Amino acid sequence: MRGALLSIQRNGVAIKGNIETKFDDPGFSSMNVELRTKLDLYGNIVRCKSMPGIQTRHQGIDVVLIRENMEGEYSNKEHEIDHGKIENLKIITREKSMKIAKYAFDYAVEHGRNKVTAIHKANIMKLGDGLFLDCCRQVACSYPQIEFNDMIVDNASMQMVSRPQQFDVLVLPNLYGNILSNIAAGLVGGAGVVAGVNIGDNYAVFEMGTRSSGKSLMGKNTANPMGMLLAGCDMLEYLGHEGHATMIRESVLNVVCNNKIQTPDIGGDATTTEVVQAIIDDLKPKTKSWSVSLVYM
Amino acid sequence: MIPGDGIGPEISASVKEIFRAADAPVEWEDVDVTPVKGPDGNYKLPAKIFESMGKTKVGLKGPLETPVGKGHRSLNLALRKEFNLYANVRPCKSIEGYQTAYPSVDLVTIRENTEGEYSGIEHELAKGLVQSVKKITEKASMRVAEYAFAYARDNNRHTVTAVHKANVMKMSDGLFLKCCRTVAERNKDIKFEEMYLDTVCLNMPKDPTQFDVLVMPNLYGDILSDLCAGLIGGLGVTPSGNIGEDGAIFESVHGTAPDIAGQDKANPTALLLSAVMMLRYMGLGDYGRRIETAALDVIREGKHLTGDLGGRAKCSEFTAEICRKVRELD
Ligand SMILES: Nc1ncnc2c1ncn2[C@@H]1O[C@H](COP(=O)(O)OP(=O)(O)OP(=O)(O)O)[C@@H](O)[C@H]1O
Ligand SMILES: Nc1ncnc2c1ncn2[C@@H]1O[C@H](COP(=O)(O)OP(=O)(O)OP(=O)(O)O)[C@@H](O)[C@H]1O
Ligand SMILES: [Mg+2]
Ligand SMILES: [Mg+2]
Repeated sequence: MRGALLSIQRNGVAIKGNIETKFDDPGFSSMNVELRTKLDLYGNIVRCKSMPGIQTRHQGIDVVLIRENMEGEYSNKEHEIDHGKIENLKIITREKSMKIAKYAFDYAVEHGRNKVTAIHKANIMKLGDGLFLDCCRQVACSYPQIEFNDMIVDNASMQMVSRPQQFDVLVLPNLYGNILSNIAAGLVGGAGVVAGVNIGDNYAVFEMGTRSSGKSLMGKNTANPMGMLLAGCDMLEYLGHEGHATMIRESVLNVVCNNKIQTPDIGGDATTTEVVQAIIDDLKPKTKSWSVSLVYM
Repeated sequence: MIPGDGIGPEISASVKEIFRAADAPVEWEDVDVTPVKGPDGNYKLPAKIFESMGKTKVGLKGPLETPVGKGHRSLNLALRKEFNLYANVRPCKSIEGYQTAYPSVDLVTIRENTEGEYSGIEHELAKGLVQSVKKITEKASMRVAEYAFAYARDNNRHTVTAVHKANVMKMSDGLFLKCCRTVAERNKDIKFEEMYLDTVCLNMPKDPTQFDVLVMPNLYGDILSDLCAGLIGGLGVTPSGNIGEDGAIFESVHGTAPDIAGQDKANPTALLLSAVMMLRYMGLGDYGRRIETAALDVIREGKHLTGDLGGRAKCSEFTAEICRKVRELD
């Protein structure tokens, strides 16, 4: 873990798979959480967009989920108050809530989005979720051009499966972010197709949108490489290599969506290596012209 | 019977009529739960509801307005406390004839109903720093897990899935999961599975048919029960039951629909299906089955649907049609 942290601190950027947490071993705490905390990766961003050629029940979805990534239920504060009675403490701070709210609105402005919806359960957790909602409302005031509304998390989950097209940008506390980004990912094709990123003031760590480890698929050559490849493209873009990012992304989408070379999770029968090979084959002619243009630049 | 507000009286009348047509041996005692002003000036629930429920141990409840005096909240809470309503049960079954993106859902969510994130204990530790307490106990977790397995067996279901987030909340969700495992050991005839909350959320909209009975802590149950209702067309068609140690209350979880109240336009399905759950709970499952069959037949045929289901029938016409079918099924 120390090596990984040092490397990310040195390079400023990383791409990672999910590290499985063994919850049956109390001495083993989540490395994923530790990494996010140590690097101050305060936000998790996942975009779930319907893709042509991937069979799903709803079409026309394009939602961005911006999730507070460090506190809430993931604060790791638990104790036994009495035999057989456990208390878990959920922490919400003004600092982190303001930060993620601001990020969400800035994201909306930069990406030409129209609406930000804050998700909460402030009718029950009046102080905690109330504070989060308060911060979102306060930030919203500085962005009059962006529409703002809020929704209770259970209603949002129901709306997400019945009328997902209504959502644009969502801003959420940690656990609700986990819940809704998984629902949204499920709607556009599942864990295999969605990319995500954890951002902080200094570092960015790219990964699969749902942070799945897919251990049941291990060694079978059936895992969908799409989510991870798209995360890679996002990373290239972040590093300023927009040309390469676009080129690879287009090949991924061409192979999976147009040529329908798909792994079983999205209804196809191709293996992981077949999909990857098809993408490489699709890329090859493009890289030739690419290197030529570089030479003559 | 707590008819409730808004469309409540219409849909409760509809349920009673259908029960009569089915000759269901149920006598109703109507109770108004509008809060009354006590001598101290505070509003509180009429004593009648506690007397009545204390006697009958079983209730059916329509939608209640949330008045400014917060009568609704205190009612739910007071009933939950008074009768130890520890489990909320919501069967979710696709309704033939009411088209959604999900045609073959058939699952049940069972939600622990007394603790978890709903403890109401919160502190501002410092300025801008709030701590909310989630409480999980062995007692409540064992109780709801035992209910889930008993429910599965009584209702011919095969699998119970415990939904948890013990990878992050090791101690609290870990305790819940441990209790489910212990109970599963004693109920080997029912298959037991465990799944992370996020994996359930991911898989549910992809393929809800893989789920059977799901049991989970309070907040997850709150969210997943609504999500599943969304799959089959919303709260207007999903029944719900609150099961307790000292009684049970079945209710429709939709709102009072003030926009159509008093116009004979309401859809009584959610309350009716809740009443069917109630009949099963009372050991009158044969009547329940007949009523359910009749109601679902009428919806499938699609000739007498209320506005929310895309039809033009009045509540009374929909009801009359179900009554006719129920009599036919004798
Ligand atoms: N790259 C992938 N391609 C296809 N499916 C995937 C991929 N990664 C994860 N999944 C699927 O997404 C779901 C969630 O994965 P995750 O690893 O988080 O779940 P899990 O609860 O650990 O279950 P499992 O034991 O199935 O991995 C699983 O059904 C898994 O098979
Ligand atoms: N399932 C529950 N378990 C325990 N307490 C609850 C529960 N639901 C609500 N409460 C309590 O009762 C009060 C009622 O709140 P409210 O009516 O907004 O909840 P609700 O609409 O029933 O909740 P939900 O939408 O989650 O079903 C809350 O202040 C809370 O303390
Ligand atoms: Mg709810
Ligand atoms: Mg509610």
